Amino acid sequence: MDLKYSDEERAFADEVRAFARAELDPAVRDRVLNHKRLGKEDFLGWHRKLHSRGWVAPNWPTTYGGCGWNAVNRYIHEEVLAEEGAPPLVAFGVNMIGPVLIAFGSDAQKQYYLPRILSGEDWWCQGFSEPGSGSDLASLRTKAVLDGDHWVVTGQKTWTTLAQHANLIFCLVRTDASVKKQEGITMLLIDMNTPGVTVRPIITIDGEHEVNEVFFDDVRVPKENIVGEPGKGWTYAKFLLSHERSGIARVGQAKRELRRLKEIAAAEMVDGVPLIETKTFREKIAAVEIDLMALELTNLRMIAAEKSGQAPGAEANMLKIKGSEVQQNLTELLMEAVGPYALPFNPDALEPGWNGEPIGPEYAAPLAGTYFNYRKVSIYGGSNEIQRNILSKSLLGL
Amino acid sequence: MDFSLSETQRMLAETTDRLVRERYGFEDRKKILAGPDGFSRPMWATFAELGLTGLGIAEEHDGLGGTMGDMAVVAETFGRALVVEPYLPTLVLGAGPLGLAGSDAQKSEILPRVVSGELFLALAHGEPKSRYTLCHVDTKAAADGGDFLLTGAKAVVLGGDAADYFLVSARTDGTTSAPHGISLFLVPRSVPGLAIRAYPNIDGTRAADLVLDRVRVPASAVIGQAGHGLPTIAHTIDRAIAYLCAEAVGAMQALNALTLDYLKTRTQFGQPIGAFQVLQHRMVDMEMALEQARSMAILAADRADDPHPHERARAVSAAKVQIGRSGRMIGQCSVQMHGGIGITDEYAGGHYFKRLTLIDRTFGDADHHLARFAAAA
Repeated sequence: MDLKYSDEERAFADEVRAFARAELDPAVRDRVLNHKRLGKEDFLGWHRKLHSRGWVAPNWPTTYGGCGWNAVNRYIHEEVLAEEGAPPLVAFGVNMIGPVLIAFGSDAQKQYYLPRILSGEDWWCQGFSEPGSGSDLASLRTKAVLDGDHWVVTGQKTWTTLAQHANLIFCLVRTDASVKKQEGITMLLIDMNTPGVTVRPIITIDGEHEVNEVFFDDVRVPKENIVGEPGKGWTYAKFLLSHERSGIARVGQAKRELRRLKEIAAAEMVDGVPLIETKTFREKIAAVEIDLMALELTNLRMIAAEKSGQAPGAEANMLKIKGSEVQQNLTELLMEAVGPYALPFNPDALEPGWNGEPIGPEYAAPLAGTYFNYRKVSIYGGSNEIQRNILSKSLLGL
Repeated sequence: MDFSLSETQRMLAETTDRLVRERYGFEDRKKILAGPDGFSRPMWATFAELGLTGLGIAEEHDGLGGTMGDMAVVAETFGRALVVEPYLPTLVLGAGPLGLAGSDAQKSEILPRVVSGELFLALAHGEPKSRYTLCHVDTKAAADGGDFLLTGAKAVVLGGDAADYFLVSARTDGTTSAPHGISLFLVPRSVPGLAIRAYPNIDGTRAADLVLDRVRVPASAVIGQAGHGLPTIAHTIDRAIAYLCAEAVGAMQALNALTLDYLKTRTQFGQPIGAFQVLQHRMVDMEMALEQARSMAILAADRADDPHPHERARAVSAAKVQIGRSGRMIGQCSVQMHGGIGITDEYAGGHYFKRLTLIDRTFGDADHHLARFAAAA
């Protein structure tokens, strides 16, 4: 038993940290740390820096331009970058469709798409959820019919994150209505610029535009844009979601937010005493910090098991649940910390370069919005209730 | 980074696991509790034969050496079996501080006899009014010639019913809550002026209240430096908490297994109750609570001997908070999911619930350690 990183692992963490400090645009870092709005270029600029270092795809094998790292180094890389205030890697290409193509894609698809994911040339989005298919994803109704050399796609996707930036979407579509619902699903790769694709913003309760509806109106998709075989889309989607969940605990990000919470709670005064020194609030911070310590160790235990050859299983679902709870607790305490200055709604203050007069302390503007926004983390990627259903079957045999 | 057990730990796990499987089933335990001492001296002799009473004691005193991580392996198995023998009092709370601060004479006199299974020890530190505050010591040690006279009361001394020696804290200096001026004395059970009221705890472990009325001990009975006992006591209590955390993990694991089994076998409305989603989700939450607790128990054992008291205190308190919360949640949910059978004396589940509940009350509950952690942040 040794809870400390090895010398090599520590050296690697230092290397990642030094890279982030040298290469991350301070303005972008500031936007991440202060919960300001991130533009497409903020994500892409950082993506390209990682690419030039060869660090975009820690989870891909080296043959495809990935890092081929073990689970521990992947974890260190992700957590250190998050702690340093790097923008999150846009996951849809690297963590989601990339691994699916590597496992199930045709040679032509791998040769064409994978390098473009690495370079940031393509921005993918995910077409899974539909208005009538949330937790019951397999009930999806967007339909694709083969017509000569094309699939003709009709239907609607929703909750499509950052579709406004994307030029490509991977979609689950129904290609056979006569079989069991999971077996009639196919995965297609669709160019967002194809005629008949329409993106409509969904504004969330924080006033922000992050998710979208995507409509398909007789969209003609080349026949070869199918992933693997028809009717296997559900299998590929499950594979993809298991990749999405690794790193889902977001420990690095949570550490960053905890640090921020302590800074703000030290600046806020209650009857002449810093908020962080009041018993009630100090103990609230302590409670979430302990949760985070336990989460980090649980995450490390699972990673160590993965490194020693055990496949990730139920652990990912647990990390998703606990990780989302910690993130939500932190965003709630951040909002609570600024007291009445959680009230004003000033979305302009989130815009890079805004020079107006802040309402209250400068750090207050995004906090309520972030709290409202972060209710999403226990809903997306399979709601926490769905995670519990999965664990109840897979872990407990119920 | 490596979370696997060492070779020694694997052996300890196998040895203790076999022992409790073969000789410490729930029915065996009932017989042990009904015996004259409330625990089993033959079982203790077996612990000694297996070397368990030498764990954490230096080789020069016939012990096996070993880390808190090694003891945690034993603690976890003992937690699974709800072992009631005074292992924590004797090894961690008794032999522990002697090893940390005792004189060569004290160590040579006591420790080999602990290893051989001959002696039981107990730490008599808590007092009727001290609650969980370690520096609260009212018991006085007055110098008298070359001796000390100890006068005061000690409360809920774990293992105090069986102890052959007590490690008694008393003030040689300072006011009730001063951190300085606390000394630790080695006091034999049979000394004049020491009244012992022994009793069972509600979970089957045993304790005693002590009244000391001018108990005379020689200066050579001081453990470590007079007036500087608190750091040793605090370190010992942190090690004991690490032990309790591991024991609690064993108890939680066993209780979760019982509960899951019950969900699969108990039928109502024509189906196993585990088919109901409301119970499935609760059971998943119990498993998560166990994993989080296990992570923190590992941390506590790892840091229990950290040379930096601040780091040690932070980690141990964080772990105790987690163990307290997980144990409460698992204990209460388990009873609820069992229904009436969960609160019967004949069923094992309720006994795990009681042990977990008492662990939270021992050496500081979740609230106490949350405050301690927050203050150390």
